[in-house]
Amino acid sequence: MIMIFGIPGPLLFGQLLLGLINGAFYAMLSLGLAVIFGMLNIINFAHGALFMMGAFVSWILLNYLGIGYFPALILSPLLVGIFGIILEKTIISRLYKLDHLYGLLLTFGLSLVIEGLFRNAYGSSGMPYRIPEMLSGATNLGFMYMPNYRGWVVAAALVVCISTWLIIEKTSLGATLRAATENAPMVQAFGVNVPRLITLTYAGGVALAAFAGVLAAPIYSVNPNMGSNFINTVFAVVVIGGMGSIMGSILTGFGLGVVEGLTKVFYPQASATVVFVVMVIVLLVRPRGLFGKAA
Amino acid sequence: MLEVNGLNAWYGESHILHGVDFEVREGEVVTLLGRNGAGKTTTMKSIMGLVPRREGSVKFRGNEMVGLMPNQIARAGIAICPEERGIFGSLSVTENLMLPPIVAPGGLTVEEIYTLFPNLRERAKTAHGTKLSGGEQQMLAIGRILRTGAKMLLLDEPTEGLAPVIVQQIGRTIREIKNRGFTVLLVEQNFRFAATVADRHYVMEHGKIVDMIPNHLLESSMDKLHEYLGV
Repeated sequence: MIMIFGIPGPLLFGQLLLGLINGAFYAMLSLGLAVIFGMLNIINFAHGALFMMGAFVSWILLNYLGIGYFPALILSPLLVGIFGIILEKTIISRLYKLDHLYGLLLTFGLSLVIEGLFRNAYGSSGMPYRIPEMLSGATNLGFMYMPNYRGWVVAAALVVCISTWLIIEKTSLGATLRAATENAPMVQAFGVNVPRLITLTYAGGVALAAFAGVLAAPIYSVNPNMGSNFINTVFAVVVIGGMGSIMGSILTGFGLGVVEGLTKVFYPQASATVVFVVMVIVLLVRPRGLFGKAA
Repeated sequence: MLEVNGLNAWYGESHILHGVDFEVREGEVVTLLGRNGAGKTTTMKSIMGLVPRREGSVKFRGNEMVGLMPNQIARAGIAICPEERGIFGSLSVTENLMLPPIVAPGGLTVEEIYTLFPNLRERAKTAHGTKLSGGEQQMLAIGRILRTGAKMLLLDEPTEGLAPVIVQQIGRTIREIKNRGFTVLLVEQNFRFAATVADRHYVMEHGKIVDMIPNHLLESSMDKLHEYLGV
């Protein structure tokens, strides 16, 4: 057996892969948070609940309507995105003129309500979601066995993250988004319907969370708390990466997943806290975060 | 083309415009002159719908603009080049230029804008619009609204703080776009510059229009003007 730093190779690579998987979810979730924060100036505490909704909607689609995994990958973000549009139009849009704190409190409250509703309806023990036939099994990579589904999650997350980055940095829609983030009244005075742009941005960020939720459904059981388990770490990721930086949240998400995975191998006792230790160090050295821009 | 009647505007509790009346006819270049704080910039912003509260009437081509959102006013064919220029640092120079959507046919092409402002062609690849010099930013702020097809342009102190050679270039540009049939409402502190481009001048004081001077009478009205502007 190969030994690396006195650790058996398969164990090291296994944890590295687990780290990458977690990192993929951190990246997708913090990306959505960064996009929403940039445009709406609201820290969307409901993000975890919407991630959970994404997983639940795919479970509901499968068990009540017989709609499988791959259609759910499109349908669930779409449905949760529409739910996001309703939330933004009816509730969140009333807070834009107020302090950040109100948005934080409101979305935190929303997440409690959403999670409570699902707990009432489905209990909190969690329900299994089978890995689709096509992605079950494992592949021998030579140095380890990789479950196919986990490879798929990392690849899908990478594609979604990079596409989001390309849309924001390289298209004219993205330029309009960046401009509106910087000076919304000016962009509106050019003829852009900024309120609609804000609604669609929220829907887009929410759809990203739901997409991550569908990807997560076969890995973690589908349960009402799956969002809150993730979201604390994701907020640390956003703080470390720097609020509002798109590439920053992607790199930090994957990076911290890997750091967490490696910690599990070398010093398991610290694996639950390592992200927060990194956060403290980063904030001491660079208060704006690793990729944050000067105010 | 633009008729402003009894326009009032407020920022919070402070009442800035107290019944502004004036009109701009199609193809004219008209200036708003006045001291700092007279309400010139607020008048521009009120026409565009960029103040928290306004009352009165702003008719553009016969249609009422008060009550519309800024994006609807822009779509009607009015474009603004604000005093602070409004160049976006997170956008490249080209992205800044292409940002305002086309609202009507008949705007200038990018090539024509580069002919008016050759500096912009050289700086097109600059990654952050705010890395340009003040003069270049002003050219970009004017250039990008020429593309949109809006025929009524609101230019708020386009010459403020710029070197004389750039002021001349902006003067040439205003005369050129007038020849092309654009209508311009110009806010100026520098009435010597205003005299080289404008047809008529409105003088503002304390949130009201107090006088109108046709450009050919500007010379003979100098005493009056000095009193208004306190120069």
